[in-house]
Amino acid sequence: MALLTKKDTNLITDPLADNNPITIQVLGICSALAITAELKASIVMAVAVIFVLGVGNVVISLMRNIIPSKIRIIVQLIVVATLVIVVDQVLKAFAYELSKTLSVFVGLIITNCIIMGRFEAFALGNGPWRSFLDGIGNALGYGVILVIVGFFRELLGSGTLLGYKVLGDPIAKTGLYATGYENNGFMIIPPAALIVVGIIIWVQRSRNTALIEDH
Amino acid sequence: MLEHIELFFKSIFIDNMVFAVFLGMCSYLAVSKKVATAVGLGAAVIFVLAVTVPLNWLLDQYLLRDGALAWLGSEYADYNLSFLSFILFIATIATMVQLVEIVVEKFSPSLYNSLGIFLPLIAVNCAILGGSLFMQSRDIQTLGLAFNYGVSSGIGWFLAILAIAAIREKIRYSNVPPPLRGLGITFIITGLMGIGFQSFGGMLTGGDDGAAAEEEQRMDYDKVSEIEKKDSEKEDIDEKEISYNDAINN
Repeated sequence: MALLTKKDTNLITDPLADNNPITIQVLGICSALAITAELKASIVMAVAVIFVLGVGNVVISLMRNIIPSKIRIIVQLIVVATLVIVVDQVLKAFAYELSKTLSVFVGLIITNCIIMGRFEAFALGNGPWRSFLDGIGNALGYGVILVIVGFFRELLGSGTLLGYKVLGDPIAKTGLYATGYENNGFMIIPPAALIVVGIIIWVQRSRNTALIEDH
Repeated sequence: MLEHIELFFKSIFIDNMVFAVFLGMCSYLAVSKKVATAVGLGAAVIFVLAVTVPLNWLLDQYLLRDGALAWLGSEYADYNLSFLSFILFIATIATMVQLVEIVVEKFSPSLYNSLGIFLPLIAVNCAILGGSLFMQSRDIQTLGLAFNYGVSSGIGWFLAILAIAAIREKIRYSNVPPPLRGLGITFIITGLMGIGFQSFGGMLTGGDDGAAAEEEQRMDYDKVSEIEKKDSEKEDIDEKEISYNDAINN
């Protein structure tokens, strides 16, 4: 038996495009936007969510038959909170600067709607392996948007990528700056993230007209 | 008193939950199609924040922070349980939300029906947990200030969802490019409103020096009137300006 059947592959690929958690399901926007001013923070955030959602989905899926449905929200919250504490402690130990940048947004992974949404919609009704794939797929779909937004905001806003000055030095006027190009300070401020996501949605729905809403 | 006023306006306008830190965006986008439901959810958020932030402040102060357990005796004085704060905060919040749900169901079944699935989801509204986490990281000093912070950031969220719901009701009659309809245009409008709110950043920078403070104030007035010209959400701005004037008089 192949490791991934056709159906299993769909679990991963669907959320990347036509069923993207951010642009289509409207989940998990809260933490997606505030930390995307730099590419590095976006990548770390994406990795953290992939870990939490992948593992969390497996845990919930294993426990799905013994969780009383009345208190499932609390159980789910405790599972996520535990995983997020692990992420937070790891970040504090190995990447202290970064964990300062992310500040409360690591903690806010707990209330990231994608996680609760996938627990409710998928992990409670499916086996561990499929839940794992679904978790990874959705977290990747979330991560892709984060990385795209982070890429454009850092490139246009500070002229750097992951801290490297890819467009030249703005003070010494080398590279692109020699031609009179200037960084767009607008991309650094928080509202720019919303507008970039809006544009991503625009592009996506222009390419796939089936996704258009009536209002 | 002054610090209360300062925190109040700061949390509503400058550190607005939606426009400055993007908290509670999921329900903000999902429940903002109608003004009536938006008002209900906004009120619920104010209430839950007003209860959970002070509660979590007590937990943080007497249980979690470095040395908080000193009241148990000197052998506990160097305990630091702050790594447990996520789990304790979220447990408090989940319990409180359950309580609010029961109360609303009992006293206002119509509101309960219109909020539908979103009431339990307040538990996973980032604005609620975010309120507690910001309270912790900003090191808010007293219980009164914590309560103030909860209420005022709730009001900030309420204002935001009310404004976007009103705009979305009107935008139905506009000719938005089809791929942007619904979610896309809501994102962009929120971004534009966020830029408007950025202008409040200069509001509380006045120092002790009289002349400098006056200068600052004049600049702020300019800013406010500038937004007023540009922004179409007149009513919102008027409200802000009134409260801004109040702040100065006080």
